[in-house]
Amino acid sequence: MIWLTLRQFRLQGAVVFAGLAVLGAALLITGPGLADEYAAGTASCATDNACEEFARQFVIKHQALYGALLAIVVGLPGLVGVFWGAPLIAREIEAGTHRLAWNQSVTRTRWLAVKVGLVGLASMAAAGIAVFAVDRWSDPLAAAAAPRSSRIMPLLFDAHGIAPVGYAAFAFALGVTVGVLVRRTLPAMAITLAVFAAVQVAVPLWVRPHLIPPERGAVAITSGNLDSLMLHNDSLTVRTQAGAGTWTLENHTVDASGRKVEKLPASIGAGPCAPPGPRPGSDAPPGPAQECFDAFAQQGYKQYVVYHPADRFWPLQWAETGLFAVLTLGLTGFCFYWTRRRIS
Amino acid sequence: MTADRPAISCSAGVRFLPRLKAGVSARRARCTTALQAEGLGKRYGKRWALSDCTLDLPAGRVIGLVGPNGAGKTTLLNLAVGQLTPTAGGIRVLGGRPASGPEQLAKVGYVAQDTPTYAGLTVAEHLKLGARLNPGWDDALARDRIERLGLDPARKAGKLSGGQRAQLALTLGIAKRPRLLVLDEPVAALDPLARREFLQGLMEAAVEHSLSVVLSSHLVMDLERTCDYLVVLVESRVRVAGDVDDLLAAHHRLTGPRRDPATLPAGQEVVSESHTDRQSTLIVRTDGPIHDPAWTVGQVGLEDLVLAYMASSPSRPSLEAIR
Repeated sequence: MIWLTLRQFRLQGAVVFAGLAVLGAALLITGPGLADEYAAGTASCATDNACEEFARQFVIKHQALYGALLAIVVGLPGLVGVFWGAPLIAREIEAGTHRLAWNQSVTRTRWLAVKVGLVGLASMAAAGIAVFAVDRWSDPLAAAAAPRSSRIMPLLFDAHGIAPVGYAAFAFALGVTVGVLVRRTLPAMAITLAVFAAVQVAVPLWVRPHLIPPERGAVAITSGNLDSLMLHNDSLTVRTQAGAGTWTLENHTVDASGRKVEKLPASIGAGPCAPPGPRPGSDAPPGPAQECFDAFAQQGYKQYVVYHPADRFWPLQWAETGLFAVLTLGLTGFCFYWTRRRIS
Repeated sequence: MTADRPAISCSAGVRFLPRLKAGVSARRARCTTALQAEGLGKRYGKRWALSDCTLDLPAGRVIGLVGPNGAGKTTLLNLAVGQLTPTAGGIRVLGGRPASGPEQLAKVGYVAQDTPTYAGLTVAEHLKLGARLNPGWDDALARDRIERLGLDPARKAGKLSGGQRAQLALTLGIAKRPRLLVLDEPVAALDPLARREFLQGLMEAAVEHSLSVVLSSHLVMDLERTCDYLVVLVESRVRVAGDVDDLLAAHHRLTGPRRDPATLPAGQEVVSESHTDRQSTLIVRTDGPIHDPAWTVGQVGLEDLVLAYMASSPSRPSLEAIR
């Protein structure tokens, strides 16, 4: 059974793993150069500002390539679900070959277990290899970008850590399940892609924030935590930063009684927080004057933030991987039930 | 898993017909039951594909399963190999529950409808597949058969002709060395020559390895040459089952002056009837001889016999009308 499974999987497996081998080789060759460039740059910058500027330029320079690599890691689970999972059983049923396979001296449970087990492991291995290689390669970039974007934020989160392995397992199981239900290869592939994409959108939006209860609280608005202050017509909106590399879920101003404030009074916007005129030669720090923050404090305005701090990355990774593992097991169990009971 | 049950006498096999011949051929001497169904039924939604099927098929025979399209032949065979699970009743094949475990699977070979093979695998890889998945695989037999058929082992199954593909599927079925080989319309898609070669190969294997064979077809002609036992399935019910010779001996075509079939003596069962103004033609089943001098008694061929049963199916309007 193992031989047959590997024989049937040969082509699809070879394509993906060959691609990964090429990717891995390329990253292995270019990785040290990238790390050296970053190390040299950070060593040679004299002031904090210069260092920040170097990091910014460094990220911008490699952004396109980094984005492409992240896209590969994010896309691979979907690819695996569509091209490995969906056809696994659907193609057999479509061609009627399941009736050939099931009448050898192997029970269909074993038949399915070997197929799902081997190709499922291959799916997880493929995702693991991709995420490991890209993670390693992009370490300097992640370090350079750290203050502005961190791995805990959506999209970056999806392409780092161990979650991609969970996604791949889930996508594969989803593909197999859809294939078992739909029984035709092409529709199964299309449905798998659609459902998996929907899950990948829905989870960061609605599920991941609540896997672990986020931190929440109202903080004073200070020059230290101000992220942006925007004056548009008469309305003033304020956003603060909860901390370096946090994943902010909610960020709005509340009044003294804790109610959400849609519009800050124009008096503040026009008064203490009015944008300063051009100050040629001034070496005052950019941003509003201290009176602005005093005005917020006086009138009882605070900023309400809900966020996951940066050190939640691994707990969230484990929680999300666990969630996908449970989904994967559920789908796989369903496949076994359905294959034993409902397919002929 | 399930141990073989003690052999059951196959005199029960001819449940729809009393035994007519005392002589039991040498082949029938090792009679056990190949397939035993009791009130077997399979329902899809509201439609019964097979209902209330009670059968006792003897082992060591080549059994033809015949009936019109949609009669439930495939359903019955799929139930026999465990591809399907019954909705009602029970079925035992060679003493075990179909597909209940590797041992049961090893005992029963199945050549499914349209003789599926893996299009992307070569002939040699199909043999390897058989060898890997069947503990009782007879590799010499498989190779020998492929060679005699003139199949190129390096050729992909998807590039074979329909007849060659069927032969490959049959080779897989035979080389597995099952005790019972089930074939579902294996020749339906083949041209007459390929059909004959296929059935010939099947017969040779059946004799050589003393296989029990159950073979379905909607054409009696295919079965006439190969089968010594016949089951007629019409509209999801078994209409008649029995030894071919017994069936032929027990059925007669009676031609004579027009007459109400109800006036026939007891023990003569009318299978089909047709009437003209002056003449009646009946096909009857009986144990005893026909004494009535008014009848001209004729032989019934297998095809006519099967057609008679198909035509007389209960839901079909009676052909005659007594005017």
